[in-house]
Amino acid sequence: MLLEVEKVQKTYASASGPVTILNGVSFQMNAGETLALTGESGSGKSTLLHIAAGLEAFDAGSVRVGGTDLAQMNEPARAALRRDILSVVFQQFNLIPSLNVAANIAFQARLAGRVDPDWIATLTERLGLQDFAGQYPEQLSGGQQQRVAIGRALAARPKLVLADEPTGNLDEATGDAVMDLLLDLVASSNAGLLMVTHSERLAARLDRRLHLRRGALAP
Amino acid sequence: MIRPTLQALMSHWRAQPLQCLTLILGLALATALFSGVQAINSEARSAYAQAADAVSGPGAVLERADGAPIEQAQFISLRRAGWMVSPVIEGRTRISGTQIRLIGIDPLTAPQGSRAGQAALSQEDGTGFLSGGTLFAAPNTAAGLPDAQNIRAIEGLAPGLVFADIGVAQEMLKRPGEFDRLLLADEQPLNRPQLAEIAPELQLRTGGTEGDLARLTDSFHLNLTAFGLLSFAVGLFIVHATIGLAFEQRRAMFRTLRALGVPARLLVTVLLAELGIFAVTAGLIGTGLGYLIAAALLPDVAATLTGLYGANVDGSLTFRANWWLTGMAIAILGTAVASTNSLQKLARLPVLAPAKPRAWVMASDKTALLQAGLALALLALAALGVIFGRGVVAGFATLGALMIGAAFALPMILRLCVGLAARVAKNVKPQWFWADTRQQIPGLSLALMALLLALATNIGVGTMVSSFRLTFTGWLDQRLASELYLRASDAEQAAELQTWLAPRTDAILPLINTEIEILGRPAEVFGIADHPTYRDNWPLLERLPDVWDRVATGQAILINEQLSIREGLRTGDTLTLGPDWQAEIAGVYSDYGNPRIQILLNTDAMDARFPDLTALQFALRVPPDQTQPLMDALNEKFDLGPDAVIDQASIKAFSLEVFERTFTVSAALNILTLSVAGFAILTSLLTLSAMRLPQLAPVWALGMTHATLARLELLRAVLLAAMTLIAAVPLGLALAWVLLNVINVEAFGWRLPMYLFPTAWLILAVAALGAAVLASLWPAWRLYRTPPAHLLKVFVNER
Repeated sequence: MLLEVEKVQKTYASASGPVTILNGVSFQMNAGETLALTGESGSGKSTLLHIAAGLEAFDAGSVRVGGTDLAQMNEPARAALRRDILSVVFQQFNLIPSLNVAANIAFQARLAGRVDPDWIATLTERLGLQDFAGQYPEQLSGGQQQRVAIGRALAARPKLVLADEPTGNLDEATGDAVMDLLLDLVASSNAGLLMVTHSERLAARLDRRLHLRRGALAP
Repeated sequence: MIRPTLQALMSHWRAQPLQCLTLILGLALATALFSGVQAINSEARSAYAQAADAVSGPGAVLERADGAPIEQAQFISLRRAGWMVSPVIEGRTRISGTQIRLIGIDPLTAPQGSRAGQAALSQEDGTGFLSGGTLFAAPNTAAGLPDAQNIRAIEGLAPGLVFADIGVAQEMLKRPGEFDRLLLADEQPLNRPQLAEIAPELQLRTGGTEGDLARLTDSFHLNLTAFGLLSFAVGLFIVHATIGLAFEQRRAMFRTLRALGVPARLLVTVLLAELGIFAVTAGLIGTGLGYLIAAALLPDVAATLTGLYGANVDGSLTFRANWWLTGMAIAILGTAVASTNSLQKLARLPVLAPAKPRAWVMASDKTALLQAGLALALLALAALGVIFGRGVVAGFATLGALMIGAAFALPMILRLCVGLAARVAKNVKPQWFWADTRQQIPGLSLALMALLLALATNIGVGTMVSSFRLTFTGWLDQRLASELYLRASDAEQAAELQTWLAPRTDAILPLINTEIEILGRPAEVFGIADHPTYRDNWPLLERLPDVWDRVATGQAILINEQLSIREGLRTGDTLTLGPDWQAEIAGVYSDYGNPRIQILLNTDAMDARFPDLTALQFALRVPPDQTQPLMDALNEKFDLGPDAVIDQASIKAFSLEVFERTFTVSAALNILTLSVAGFAILTSLLTLSAMRLPQLAPVWALGMTHATLARLELLRAVLLAAMTLIAAVPLGLALAWVLLNVINVEAFGWRLPMYLFPTAWLILAVAALGAAVLASLWPAWRLYRTPPAHLLKVFVNER
C-alpha cells in the first residue's frame, strides 16, 4: 500500500474556540493509482494533503506512506520522506526565483541525490521547456511556471506525487494541457498521484475520487 | 543535499548583487572603523612596551629619592655586595645637528629582555657597540639621522630613542661617572645585604615606563576604543537590517526548500556557513580598510601621545597579527549578533509559514510598545547612572544606556510625529504620504537609529571639544602669564643666569618642584613666588578670601582640581602633607592636561621644607617687545640647550597644536561614523524599494505619476532625516554633558564648563540632510525608472 490514512483528526485553535478541520478521515491508495480530492473551500482538502506530505502535524489517527508511520517520524525523517519518496506540486508553484528553469527542474533530484540527466532532459522536452532552460521564473508565464514545478516534482522519480490544485491559477486550455502532461508523466514513472482540485471535470479524469465535506469523507 | 541547498541560497545574492554588496560593505565599514582604532591602540601600546623593554626591562629600578644622579661608586658597591644591577643614563643631545634622546646602557649587565642589550651582544649587530662607539636606533629613527656615520638600525627598538654603550653615552652627555638609575634583574641573590645598608639614598621603584605610560594614556585609548565601538554599533545596524531583509525576502525560498525535503537544522547550518563566508570576506576587506584608516590617523595620534604624555610612538604603522585577528573576530561576532534573531526565527518557523515578507516592514504595535518600554527602562538606567554611578566604566555604561535608550525611543517618536501630521493633513495626497511614511518607519528605523547615534555623537563630541577649546585657550592665557620660560642646566648656571637677568627683566620668578606622597599617591609640589603674575592670573576655581595672602604666609596651599575631586577636598579643609606638615587649602585651580595631583605653595615655604632643592627653572617677566632680543642675548651669552629658553607664544602655540591634533582623530572618526550612517540609510532605502512596489503600484495605478512618487520618496527621506536631527540635538547635548561632567571627571579628574555652538549644529544639519538626499537619490531614481510592467506584476503575482 502506498498511502494509508486512518481516522485522521485535525483541529485548529481559533479566537472563537477550536475548529475541527478533519474528523476521522480514512482512505488508502495503491502504487500507480491516481486519486482526486474534491470538496468546498475550507473542507480540509489542502490540510489533508499537507498532512500526507508530512508538512503539517495531526491530532489523532495514523498516516502511513510506503508503510512508514508519519506520527513516529521526527522533523529530519519527514524531510527525508519528502526528498526520497514523495513530491509536492504547489498551487503557487513555489519555484526558487533566483535559479533558472534547468536548475529548478533538477533541484529536488539533486537534493535526493538521484540526478538522472536523461530523465531530466526527457522531462524538460515533454514539458516543452527546452527553449526556456536558461530563463528565470519571473520571465515565464503562469502555465510555464507550473510546468517547471511539475518537472521538479517528477525529476526525482517519486513514488507519490501530491498536487495542490496544480491548475488552479491557469486558464482552462492551459490547465488541460498541464493536466494531460502530469497524468502522462505520472503514468510513465508509475507514481501515485493525490490531487486536490475544485474541478469536477479534472477529477473525473483520475482513477478515483474522494469528496470531503466539513472535514469528513462524503459517502 | 548541502551543495544544492547552498547553491540555491547563494543564487539569491547573484540575483540581488546590490544587496550582497551593501551587506559586505556595511560589515566591512563597521569592522574597518573598529579595527582601525584597535590598530592605533595596538601600535601605541606596543611602543610603550618597546620603550620599557629597551630601557628598563620588565623589572624594577633603583633611583635616588631626590632625583640626583647616582655615583659610579654606588653602582660598584651594589655589584660587589651581590646586587644584580645594570646602569642607565639618559639625556638629550645633538647628533649632526639633530636633537635626540640618548639612552646609555651596559649590555653586559643589562637584564634579559632588553632589546638593545641583546642586540649589542649579538654577533650580527653588536660589532662596534662596546668598543667602537656604534649607536643603535629603530630603523625610522636611524633614517632621520642620515648624516650620522655610526648609527645602526635595529628592528624592535623603541622609536625616537638612540642607544649607546654607557661609557659612550656619559661622554656624549658630558656627565662622566654618573647614572640616572640602576635596573634590577628579576632574579637576585637571596643572601644579599639590605639596600639601606649599602646605598640608603637609593629607593626601589617597581613598574617600568610601560606601566606609567599605559596608565597615563589609558583614558585616551579608552576614548578611542569607545569611538571605535560606537562606529561598530552603527555598522551593526546596517548588517542587522540587511541580514533581516535578506531573511525576510527569502522566506518563500526557505519554505520551498523545507517542503522539498531540506531539514530545518541543515538549512540553519547552511545559512550559518553562508554568513560565515560573508563575515570572513567583509572581515578581510574591513581589516584592510582599517589598516588604511589607522595609517592615516596614526601620525596625529602619535603627536598627541608625545605632546600630552611624552610617549614616543612611531608615526608609521606595523602590521600586527593580534589586531588583525581581533578585527576578523569582531566581524564574525558582529555577523553572529546581527543574525541571531533571524536564525532563531527561521529555526522555529513552521514549514507552511506565510511566505510574504512582513515582520521586517510591518512591525506590530506590540513590538513598538516593547521597544518603547525598553527605551524608557534604559533612559531611567542612564539617569540612575548619572546620579549614583562612580568610575569611568560606570560613566561609559551610563552613556551606553543613554544612547541605546534614545535609539530605541526614536521609532516611537517618529510614529507620533508622522501620525500627528497625517491627522492635520487635509488633502488626499499629503494624507497618503504621511500614512505611507508611517508604514515605512519600521523598515527604516534601524538606519534612522544609526543616523541618530552618529548625529548625536557628532553634536556631543563637537560640543565637548569646542567647550574644551574655549576653556583651554582662556586657561592657557592665565597659566602662561610670563613672557619667557628658562631652564638652567645646573645650579651654577642658574645663579649666573639670575645675576645676569636681574637688571634686564621686570621679575624673575623661580619655579621649584619636587615629588612627595599625598594621601598615598605620588604628587607634584611646586613652589611659586608671591607676585602679581600669579595673584592676577592664576586660574582659581574656588578660593578663600585673601587667598594669596594666606599662601604667602606659608601656612596655606593651593591644590589642583584633580586632587580636589579625587579626594573630595574643598577650600578651608586641612591637608596632611607629611608627618609634621599640615596646610590649609586656600584655593583650587584648574590644571587641564595634567594626569597627576599637584599642590602649590609659597617659594619660601618650599625652601624651608626642601632646603636641598635649587631652582633650575624660571619664569621671566619682561616687556613684550623685549622678549625676542632677550632670548637672542641669552642664547648668545650662555651655553643653553635648544629648548632651554622658550617664549610664551611658542608654548601656547605648541599646546594648542597638541590640543588640535588630539581632536583631529575624534573629528575624523566623527565624519567616518556619519558616513557609515548615511550608508545605512542608502542600504535601507535601496533594499526597501523593491519591497515597496506592492504599496506604490496601486497609487500609481490610481493616477500618481512615476515622477511624483520619486519626488515624494526623496522628500520622505529628507523629512525623516530632519526629524532624526531634531531628536539628535538634545541627545547630543546630553552626551556632551555626561562626557564633560561624568567621564572627564572620572577619567582625567577635571570638570569643564559646557558651551553651546548652534552654528556647528547648522553645519551638521546641512551635512545630514545632504547625506539623506544623496542616500535617497538612487532609490528615487530607480523608482522613477521602474517600467510599468514591473508595477503591473504586483497585480498578477503573489509577492
